[in-house]
Amino acid sequence: MKVAITAQGPNLDSPVEPRFGRCPYFILMDTEKNTVEAIANEGAGSGGGAGIAASQALINRGVKAVITGQVGPKAIRVLQEAGIRVYHATSMTVRAALEQWQQGKLTEIS
Amino acid sequence: MRVAVASGKGGTGKTTIAVNLALALEGKVPVRFLDCDVEEPNAHLFLKPTFDHERVVSIPVPDVEEAKCTVCKKCGEVCAFNAIAVAGGKVVTFPELCHGCGACARFCPSQAIRERSHRIGILATGRAGSVTFVQGKMDVGTPLAPPLIKAVKKEMGSEEAVIIDAPPGTSCPVVTSVDGSDFCLLVTEPTPFGLHDLKLAVGMVRELGIPCGVIVNRATLGDFHVERYCYEEGIPVLLKIPFDRRYAACYSQGDCLVKVYPEWVPVFADLWRQVERMVKRGARALGNQR
Repeated sequence: MKVAITAQGPNLDSPVEPRFGRCPYFILMDTEKNTVEAIANEGAGSGGGAGIAASQALINRGVKAVITGQVGPKAIRVLQEAGIRVYHATSMTVRAALEQWQQGKLTEIS
Repeated sequence: MRVAVASGKGGTGKTTIAVNLALALEGKVPVRFLDCDVEEPNAHLFLKPTFDHERVVSIPVPDVEEAKCTVCKKCGEVCAFNAIAVAGGKVVTFPELCHGCGACARFCPSQAIRERSHRIGILATGRAGSVTFVQGKMDVGTPLAPPLIKAVKKEMGSEEAVIIDAPPGTSCPVVTSVDGSDFCLLVTEPTPFGLHDLKLAVGMVRELGIPCGVIVNRATLGDFHVERYCYEEGIPVLLKIPFDRRYAACYSQGDCLVKVYPEWVPVFADLWRQVERMVKRGARALGNQR
C-alpha cells in the first residue's frame, strides 16, 4: 500500500507540511516494498485548485492514504471519491508521522 | 478614445478620477462609463445612474454524461485551471474554478461532456445624465471576474470618451479591464505602499503596450519618491490632487469634486486633452520606454 506524507523537504527527516495542496514535497512510502520516494508537488504554485491537482497526482500514483495537516474542501472531495483515507499529523517529522500512522495513532480526517 | 483608470494599490482614488473625468466631459463630448470593478462596483454611488436594462452573464461549465464517459482522464489533463479531477472511476468537476474555456468538451474523445450555463453575475446598463453607464456586478461566492469584465467591455460603444474604471491590483481582472485601451491613467498616492504598487502597475501596462500617465492623489501627504520614480522612468505626472479634508468629506457623502468644487472642471477637462494629445501623437513611448 502506498501512503503519501506532505513534507517541507525531500526526505524522511523533513517536517510534515501542514498544507496539503501547496506542500513543497510528497514523501511516498510503499509499505509492501518498503521503499521511500520524494516527489516535488508540481501543483504547489497553481493559481487555484492546488489541492485538486495534488489529489489527482496522488491518485495517478496509486496512493491509498495521505498524512497531512489540513485538507481543503475541494481536495477532500476528490480524495474521498478515490477512496483515499486522510490522516492528521502536525509538528513532527515525516519519519515520526509514518511510525505513528503504522501504530494506528493518527486520527483520520473526514 | 478609451482611457482606463487603474492603480496598483487599492483606495488611491481610481473611482474619484474616473467619475470626475466623466462629469467634466459630460455635455462636451459623448461619454460612456464602464465600471469594470465587478467585484465591488462603486461608480454608481457617485454618478447615480438610472438602470434600464439588466441581463444575466454566464459561463459554460462542463456537464459529464456518465454513461458515455470512459474515465480516460483527458478532460482533467487538458483543464488548465484544475477544475476537473478524475477519481474513483468518475469525473469530479468544480464549476467555481472553471474559466469556461471549453477545452474539456473539445478534447473529450467520447463526446461525454456537454456545456451548461453557470451564472456568474449581472450586467446592467443605464444613463447618468448624458453619460451612458455600464456596470458588471458579480454574484456573491463567484471567484471569477474576467468573463464578467469581458461582458462589460463588449458594451464598449463608439462614444468619443470611453472611461473604464478598473479594479485595484495587477492581476487577471485588471489586465482584462485595461487591455485594449488607448491610454491608462495610473492613480497612486505618495507613500512607500503607493510607489511599490505603482511599479507593479507600470510593469503591467508596459507588458500590455499601453501608454500611461500617473495621477498623484493626496499629493500633499507622504514623500517625493513617487514623483522621482516617474521622472526617472519618463512617465508623465498628469495631475496632482492635494489632500484636503473637504474633498474627503465630499467623497464620503457620495458627492463629486467637480460638482461641489467647480474649479476642478477645467482641470479634469484639461487632463483629458493632455491624454488625447499624447494618444494622437502616437506617444506609445511616453511612460512606456522599457
